[in-house]
Amino acid sequence: MILEKDVVVIGAGPAGLAASIEAAKAGAGVLLVDLNLKAGGQLFKQIHKFFGSRAHYSGTRGYDIGRKLVREAESLKVDVWLQSTAVGVFPGNKVGIERILDGGVKKLYTVHGKAVIIATGASENAVCFKGWTRPGVMGAGAAQTMVNVNHVRPGKKIVMLGSGNVGLIVSYQLMQAGCDVLALVEAAPKIGGYAVHAAKISRAGVPIITSHTIVEALGDEKGTVRGAVIAKVDSHFQPISGTERTIECDTIAIAAGLRPVVDLTRLMNCASVFEPVFGGFIPLHNTDMETSVKGIYVAGDSTGVEEASVAMEEGRIAGTAAAQSLGYLSAAEAGKTKKLLWERVNSLRSGPFGERRLTAEKNLLEHFREEIREPQPEIMIGGLAHGAD
Amino acid sequence: MGMRVDHHVVLDVRDKRKTVTILVDGKPVEAREGEPLLSALLAAGIKINRYTRRFHEPRGLFCAIGQCTDCAMVVNGQPNVRTCIVPAQDGMVVETQDGLTRKETNL
Ligand SMILES: Cc1cc2nc3c(=O)[nH]c(=O)nc-3n(C[C@H](O)[C@H](O)[C@H](O)COP(=O)(O)OP(=O)(O)OC[C@H]3O[C@@H](n4cnc5c(N)ncnc54)[C@H](O)[C@@H]3O)c2cc1C
Ligand code: FES
Repeated sequence: MILEKDVVVIGAGPAGLAASIEAAKAGAGVLLVDLNLKAGGQLFKQIHKFFGSRAHYSGTRGYDIGRKLVREAESLKVDVWLQSTAVGVFPGNKVGIERILDGGVKKLYTVHGKAVIIATGASENAVCFKGWTRPGVMGAGAAQTMVNVNHVRPGKKIVMLGSGNVGLIVSYQLMQAGCDVLALVEAAPKIGGYAVHAAKISRAGVPIITSHTIVEALGDEKGTVRGAVIAKVDSHFQPISGTERTIECDTIAIAAGLRPVVDLTRLMNCASVFEPVFGGFIPLHNTDMETSVKGIYVAGDSTGVEEASVAMEEGRIAGTAAAQSLGYLSAAEAGKTKKLLWERVNSLRSGPFGERRLTAEKNLLEHFREEIREPQPEIMIGGLAHGAD
Repeated sequence: MGMRVDHHVVLDVRDKRKTVTILVDGKPVEAREGEPLLSALLAAGIKINRYTRRFHEPRGLFCAIGQCTDCAMVVNGQPNVRTCIVPAQDGMVVETQDGLTRKETNL
């Protein structure tokens, strides 16, 4: 049996929640699915006060923003399915969902959404040094989830690789949870993240070792991590032999950036481009956040890794546009809202990093206008789905 | 046990959830009802969830959000269950996975 919904939103992070809220506010029936046990996406592990640029959220802790969005979605009668993974999106806007029911039983559903909004966020990049697959080597975000959400330490003695904001913030939070952070290792000659975060780490006496990388994760008899071998790197980031030394530790956390999760837009053959500023391959979209495939929208980190604040505004645009396409909002009403939201997104993209993203976004929107013009319906050719690109 | 965070400057880490017991490779392990199975295992010092099919290399927590499948185990007889996103319930039978089935040597 195929279930029917006005709007199906995939991913309940800030982007998906904001999209659901806008669409539901306009009167659309919304199903929001997330594979995790809780809604909120990345927000639920952010216990620091946000460096948001928007007056009303900066200074608020990420998990408080998450709770507020979840409450709002619930009060608008958004249907929320947790432990529900969207395993595919198929021609005709059909979403395949694998839902884990009580007792761990898996059940497959097909839901037809008149509009589908993909807000699947980002995943962490790995760094493939020798031994990187050993138990004890993990993403920095994984270590953050363990201490901040589950209140369990992933290890006692930790070496962090990467000194961007994620590496800095997570190191500090691991210390707050009682872990020993022995060192931050950074391949670049200088610290990547904000000075305020770095200062907290240095004040705690943790060395930030620049121009170095991890060359090997050593294992004990069971194969789990017992140490990190680090080495100095040359100007091409290649380890210099003879400079190796070992730090004894039980955990190596990798903070090497994030990349958009694009499996679903790829399945739908949404036209995509490679844009390093946004973390890798991303689906193109127009000013409605609609992809090259009609009725398929994107929002948040899955269309370019940025910040929660941007993810929320993009979600709101997608939710508004989807509601408009279904006739819940007039072109005039929706147009006014979308214009305001775009102004907010653009104002969030300030500062040296922000300006690069602003320029990149402008180019991508132009690319869409010139090459794709209008989103096209997904068509079937010989049983294979082909998008409009 | 020492791996649980029992005090914190920002977070309220007091846990009001019921303590339940799960069976891990035949041995009882305490869990907080509803927490991801993986947290209960880590709290008990268990870091290996499965061994790869061809080379039998150990794998454990890598993403904690259901993306990488490194934490997959056999749960109540069902293989490939991502323990980082499945809640602990009293009496659950959890087994280290070897390839696609449970690891015999652990029994
Ligand atoms: C350490 C750290 C600190 C940060 N600090 C800040 C800050 O101070 N200020 C700020 O503005 N931003 C900050 N961010 C960034 C912010 O958290 C993210 O940009 C934001 O969460 C992205 O939102 P999203 O909704 O696009 O994705 P996410 O929050 O990643 O949500 C995506 C959701 O989709 C779900 N999902 C994925 N695939 C599927 C599928 N197939 N089926 C079902 N569900 C699926 C996931 O489970 C997840 O819940 C920080 C990030 C990190 C890691
Ligand atoms: S740790 Fe990656 S799926 Fe569980």
